[in-house]
Amino acid sequence: MMKRWQAVKRLFPFVGLVLLLSACGREDLSALRPQGPVAQGQFDLMKLSIAIMIVVLLIVFGIAGYVWMRFRRRPGQTDIPEQVEGNFKLEVIWTVIPLILVIILGVATVQKVFAHGENYWNDKNAVKVKVTSHQFWWEFNYPDYGVTTAQDLIIPTGKKIAFQLKTADVLHSFWVPSLAGKTDTNPEGAINNAWFTADKEGVYLGKCAELCGQSHGLMEFKVKAVSQESFDSWVKAMKEPVALPEDQATAEVFKNQCLTCHAIGSEGGPSAPNLTGIGGRESVASILINGQDGTAKENLKTWLEDPQAVKPGNTMPNPKEDLKLTDEQIDAIADYLANSKLKTD
Amino acid sequence: MDWLTTVDHKKIGILYLIAGALFFGIGGIEALLIRWQLIKPMNDFVSAQTFNELITMHGTTMIFLGVMPLIFALMNAVVPLQIGARDVAFPFLNSLGFWTFLFGGVLLNISWVMGGAPDAGWTAYTPLSSKLYSDTHGVDFYTVGLQIAGLGTLIGGINFLATIITMRAPGMSFMRMPMFTWTAFITSAIILFAFPAITVGLVLLSFDRILDANFFDVSEGGNPVLWQHIFWIFGHPEVYILILPAFGIISEVIPTFARKRLFGYSSMVFATILIAFLGFMVWAHHMFTTGMGPVANALFSISTMLIAVPTGIKIFNWLFTLWGGQIRFTAANLYASGFIPTFVMGGVTGVMLASAPADYQFHDTYFVVAHFHYVIVGGLVLGLFSGLHYWWPKMFGRVLDEKLGKIGFWFFIIGFHLTFFVQHFLGLMGMQRRIFTYLRGQGFDTLNLVSTIGALLMGVGVLVFLFNVIVTTRKPAGAPNDPWEDGRTLEWSIPSPPPEYNFKQIPLVRGLDAYWKEKMAGHTEMTPAEPVGSIHMPSASILPFVMSAGIFVAGLGFMYHQYVVLVLGLVITFACMAIRSLYDDHGWHIDPEETTEKGVKE
Repeated sequence: MMKRWQAVKRLFPFVGLVLLLSACGREDLSALRPQGPVAQGQFDLMKLSIAIMIVVLLIVFGIAGYVWMRFRRRPGQTDIPEQVEGNFKLEVIWTVIPLILVIILGVATVQKVFAHGENYWNDKNAVKVKVTSHQFWWEFNYPDYGVTTAQDLIIPTGKKIAFQLKTADVLHSFWVPSLAGKTDTNPEGAINNAWFTADKEGVYLGKCAELCGQSHGLMEFKVKAVSQESFDSWVKAMKEPVALPEDQATAEVFKNQCLTCHAIGSEGGPSAPNLTGIGGRESVASILINGQDGTAKENLKTWLEDPQAVKPGNTMPNPKEDLKLTDEQIDAIADYLANSKLKTD
Repeated sequence: MDWLTTVDHKKIGILYLIAGALFFGIGGIEALLIRWQLIKPMNDFVSAQTFNELITMHGTTMIFLGVMPLIFALMNAVVPLQIGARDVAFPFLNSLGFWTFLFGGVLLNISWVMGGAPDAGWTAYTPLSSKLYSDTHGVDFYTVGLQIAGLGTLIGGINFLATIITMRAPGMSFMRMPMFTWTAFITSAIILFAFPAITVGLVLLSFDRILDANFFDVSEGGNPVLWQHIFWIFGHPEVYILILPAFGIISEVIPTFARKRLFGYSSMVFATILIAFLGFMVWAHHMFTTGMGPVANALFSISTMLIAVPTGIKIFNWLFTLWGGQIRFTAANLYASGFIPTFVMGGVTGVMLASAPADYQFHDTYFVVAHFHYVIVGGLVLGLFSGLHYWWPKMFGRVLDEKLGKIGFWFFIIGFHLTFFVQHFLGLMGMQRRIFTYLRGQGFDTLNLVSTIGALLMGVGVLVFLFNVIVTTRKPAGAPNDPWEDGRTLEWSIPSPPPEYNFKQIPLVRGLDAYWKEKMAGHTEMTPAEPVGSIHMPSASILPFVMSAGIFVAGLGFMYHQYVVLVLGLVITFACMAIRSLYDDHGWHIDPEETTEKGVKE
C-alpha cells in the first residue's frame, strides 16, 4: 500500500505540469487559456489526451530507466543471457491497454467532432459573418446588417457567431486560438462553416495559419468582443455616411487614388480593406499596433510611405512611387484616416 | 571513374551516403538560417521571400534528398549481406536509381542560383504553388527535380523488393529474416505504392505551371483540394517509408548490445506490416481543417489513433529485449537508447494530433513542427546515427571513435530536446508555423531564443560526427569481421569491408540470427550451402550516369520551354536505353583461385 502511494506521489509533478499548462501564454492568444465554449471543448480534449499520454510516457520512461540501470554489462561478465523468444501474455497486455486508451480518447474525440461541426448558419439567434481572406488581410461581411469591415471583427459576447469562410486568392486559415481552432478558407465552391462564442468582453488575437505567401506571418486580425448594446451601436455607426476630407484637394486625391480599391462608408470599391472607422481600430495593417507602438496617424504614415516594407508582397501600390503622392498629401490622408472614427454611444 | 561506373551495392551504398550527407548538410544549414531568423521578434536577418524559400527547401531537401538516401545507403550496404546475397537483384538499376536521385537533387538545388528557389512550402499547396502566385521558376524546379529524384527512389524500392524476395540464402525463410531487412522490405513495398501518387501529382502540377493546364485552377473548373489529397496519399506513407527503416536499425542495435535475441520477433514483423497498412489509410488527418466534414474527420481520427497500437508493441518489445540482457552503451547503442524515449514523445503527440477537434488548435502551429521533428529527427535521424555507428566498420573496415561518438551524441540529443520540446508550447500559445517573423510581446520571445540555441548545439553534434568520420578515415583499416563481438546476423560473418563478391560461398541459414546461432553451436564461420566455385559478377557501366544526365538536361529544357534541349536530353537517355537493350553483356567471373589468393581484403 505504502509503495503504491509512493508511485502516486511521483505523479504530482506531472499533474502540476498540466495545471501549469493552463497558465501558459496570453489570455487573448493562447489555446491553453480558452475564452469560449469551442476553445474550452478543445482544451478539455487536450487535457484528456495529455493526461493519457503522460501516463504512457511515465510507464515507458520508468521501464527504460529501470532496465538501463539494472541490466548494464558488468566488467568481466561473459555468460550469455537467456535468449527469450517473447511472452504471449505480456504482448497481449501491451496490445490491449493501448487499445483501451485509444477507445477512451476516440469516444471523446468523435463527440467533439460532431459538436464543433454543427452548422449554425441558419440559426436565427446567431450572428452571421462571411469571412473572406485575401493576401494578406481579412474581410468581414455581416449579411444580416449589410455591414462590411476589415481586420477588426466586432462581435457581441455570449452569442453564437456563425461563419462562412472563403478565400479570394490562395488558401488561408482562420484561427483565433483562445476562441476556437482553425478553419481553412477555400476558394469559392468549397465554402467552409464554423462557429464560436466569446464569453467575456475583450480583444482576441487572430492569425492566418496556412502558408499564403510572403507576409503570411503578418496576416493577423483582432476579434473584439463587446456587449450587445455596443455591438448594435457599432453597426449603426458603420451604416452612417462618412464625410470625405474637408480639404478639397485632399478629398480629390483620396477619391481618385484610394477609393478605386478601398471603401469608406458608402463610397469606393471592395477589392482592398474597408477603411470605415479605421482611426478607431486596434491596429494599422494588422501589425502596426495603435496606442502601443504609436498613434494611429504615425502608423498610417509608416504604412503609406512604404507598404512593402511593412508587409512584403502585399498588393497595395506604393503611394509615392506608383501613385505619385507627395509627402504633404500622404500626411493629409493619414491625418484624415486617423480621425475617421466611428461615433458610438 | 570507378565510382561513376560501379554497380557494386556496397559502393553505391557509399555513394548514397556521401550524397545524402551532402544534402543533409545543405538542409541543416537552411535549418540553422531559419532558426537564426526566428531568434528574436521582428528580426530582419533574411527577407520574407528568402525565408519562404528556406523553409520550402529545408523540408524538401531533408525529406527527399537528405534522409531518404541515407536510408538507401544503409539498405544498400547491409540488406544483401544480411540475406546472404552477392548483390542486389538488378545491379545496373541500382546504379541508375542512385544517379537519377542525385541529378534530381542537384536540379532542385541549382534553383538557388537560377532565379529563385521554390517558395510554396514543401507541401506546395495550390493555388499558392500555381504560376499566378509563385511566378519564378522555383516551383518548376520543385516539380521537375522531385520527379527525377523520385524516379530513383521508385527504382530503388522495386530493386529491393525483388532482391529480398528472390535472393535470400538457402534456409532463410521470411520469418528468419533480420528485422532491418524486414523493414527495408516493407519500406520498399510502401515506396512501390506511395510514390506513383506523388509522380501523378507532380505531373499534374508541372502541367498546370508549364503547359497551362488547369487541374487545380478553380476558375477553370479545377480543384485545389485535389492536390492536398494527392500529396498526402503519398505524403503520409512517406513518413512510414522514413521511420520503418529506423525501427529496423533499432531492432538490430538493441539485441546486439543487450546480447539477447529480439523480444517478440513475430509480433515485430506483424506490427511493421500493420503500421505500413494503416499508414495508407490515414492521409486525410493532415487535412482536418480543410472542411471535409465531421464524418470524415471522425473516421480519420480513429484510424490514425490505431497506429499507436502496433507502434506501442514495438516500443515494449525493445524494452523487454533489454530486460535481462547485458547492456553495453556504445555510441551506436546510446543513439538507440536515446531513440526510445524521444520517439515515444513524438508518438504520443501524434496521438494527440489525431484527435480532430484538438487538431483544429494544433494544426499548422509549432506544436506540429515539434511533433514531426520528434518523429523524424528524434526517431529517424537518431536511428540513422545509431545505424551508421553500428555498420560503419562493416562499410569501411574502421570502427568510429567511441569517445567522439559519445560526445557527438550528447551534443545532438541535448540540442535536439532544447530545440523542439519548447516548440510544443510555442504552438499551443498561438505561434503558427512557417512565419518569417513575429511581433513582440506575445510571449514567444524566450522560447524561440532557447530553440535557436538548441539548434546550434545540434549543429555542433553533427560537426563532431563529421570530425569523427575524418579522424577515423585517416586511421588504417583493421576492423575484425565482428567488431562488436555480439553480432547476430550474416553480415558479421564476413570480413569488414566485405570483398567484392560478399560471400565466397553462399551460407546456409539454420535459424533466426543465423550467425549467432552458429557461434552458439561453437562454430566460427557459417556453414556453406554451395561448393567453392567461380562467381558471376555484373559489369560496371557508365550508362546509368549518362542516362540520368540526359533526364537532367531534358528536365531543364522542359522547364524553360527550350524544346531543343528537351529533345536532346531525351535522345541521350533513349540512346543509352537502346545501347543497354541491344548490346548483350554477360558480366564476368571471379575464379575460385582468385578469391583465396587475393584474400578477403583488397
